[in-house]
Amino acid sequence: MTSMLCISRHTPSGNALAREALDTVLAAAAYEQDIKLLFMDDGVWQLLKGQQPSHINQKDITKNLSALPIFGVEEVYVHEPSLQSRGISRDSLSLNNVQLLTNEQTQALIASQQHILSF
Amino acid sequence: MSTLHTVNKSPFTDNCLHSCLLLCTNEDALLLIEDGVYGGTSQSPCAEDIRAKIQLGVSVYALKQDTLARGELQVLEGITLIDDKDFVRLSCEHQCIQSWY
Amino acid sequence: MIFTVVVLGAPYSSAANSTALRFCRAALEQGHTLKRIFFYGDGVHTGSSLSAPPQDEYKLTEQWQSLIRENQLDAIVCIAAALRRGVLDADEQQRYQKSAANLSQDFTLSGLGQLIEASATSDRTITFGA
Repeated sequence: MTSMLCISRHTPSGNALAREALDTVLAAAAYEQDIKLLFMDDGVWQLLKGQQPSHINQKDITKNLSALPIFGVEEVYVHEPSLQSRGISRDSLSLNNVQLLTNEQTQALIASQQHILSF
Repeated sequence: MSTLHTVNKSPFTDNCLHSCLLLCTNEDALLLIEDGVYGGTSQSPCAEDIRAKIQLGVSVYALKQDTLARGELQVLEGITLIDDKDFVRLSCEHQCIQSWY
Repeated sequence: MIFTVVVLGAPYSSAANSTALRFCRAALEQGHTLKRIFFYGDGVHTGSSLSAPPQDEYKLTEQWQSLIRENQLDAIVCIAAALRRGVLDADEQQRYQKSAANLSQDFTLSGLGQLIEASATSDRTITFGA
């Protein structure tokens, strides 16, 4: 099993990257790789509760995000300074089984991987 | 294990160089590519942070072709200009490659 | 070393596309192996055989095609991303009853599993983001 980390850094609706990152993570889980997902920078907006993307004719990725554990993606991380700088509290996240990481913990996570999938 | 970070956006409009510098450890290397090379110029909003990283032992590079293509840039002292061959070599030397874009 | 290369930038729209091309060339020149090049997101447009740039411009998609052909590289275009963006091979053209197929014969449409499988069997994965 290969250790892989997907880093998702872009907003949920501005372009396709958020969805493409998520699809990649699900594919890695289907291939039984040791895949982890880290949200940072504008990627943390993906986790905000109450998104109604149908207003802009987009699918809701929140449902897929909440299905991650079902597909065997147990390790979902959020870069806490990215939340703080955007004024997002933990309570306003749509996922509760996420681990918040400091800069140092994020560095350690990155350093322990074999492959990074950058989105 | 160490990481090679590539950054391809100008820090005058995008925060990815800033985020990269936040997570770049002293064992890591930073390579500025495409519009990322503007981040390595003297008036870059990240100039001070880059100087500090270089002081701490981080190797900072800019892709030569991308730099030459963009005119007479004042590249910060301590940033090494490298070619595609060196880019490949750096990606071999580091376990992971994180692309900031 | 064995590399998996992910290309997310479209030719002409994003500098990432030509940076990726140069990286692949340099890696091969140094004797490295490209396990797979995976075109994803807007990168799928690289697979179009219909790109027709002005005479005096760099023929980016032709350069990709010849690199892939001459080195017998495995170039995968993500099928989900490609179908959304109108990059189709003959099978998909038939399946969706579209007026044309445009995928260059040097590329293959396939799923994200191809990216994961390549990464898992490579020493390095590098992404060229747009």
